[in-house]
Amino acid sequence: MSEIIISLLLLLGSAFLLIGAIGLARLPDLFMRLHGPTKATTLGIGALVVASVVHGRTLAPLVVMLFLFITAPVVAHMVALCAQRPPREDEE
Amino acid sequence: MLTIATWAAIMMVGGAIALTLWRLWQGPGIADRILALDTLTINAIALVLLADVALDTSVYFEAALLMAMMGFVGTVALAVFVRRGTIIE
Repeated sequence: MSEIIISLLLLLGSAFLLIGAIGLARLPDLFMRLHGPTKATTLGIGALVVASVVHGRTLAPLVVMLFLFITAPVVAHMVALCAQRPPREDEE
Repeated sequence: MLTIATWAAIMMVGGAIALTLWRLWQGPGIADRILALDTLTINAIALVLLADVALDTSVYFEAALLMAMMGFVGTVALAVFVRRGTIIE
């Protein structure tokens, strides 16, 4: 039973990673391309981590998921700020 | 069944890495390349987690955690350097 759950979670997670990469490769604009990796790959990593938790029967890989869930929006914000050049004068 | 699913997942993540490398090669701006490098880090973490399942252990998640932390720090450092010209004032 747990084998079926692990297989479905693995396929779901890697499918979302592939969808995110397709969005990164195919969308026409940078601010559209930001959507693919920052949302789809977050769910993909989440599904893979849950599969690893079910497989290894330990809760330790959830730390990876927590860290990525915290840092993915920060990374997207930094990349979007980096694309908006030059920086405005009134912010520091 | 788990073996087939694991290999199918590894192939899909490999396809994702190939598309991301194409964007890293192609990307018109520096921000595209930074985003592609961050996505490559996330795909490498996914490969480490898949190796965890494929090799039937649970010791490699620490490598995944280290890659997540180093990838985050590297991406933020690159973005801040492109934006401001310096990293540490």
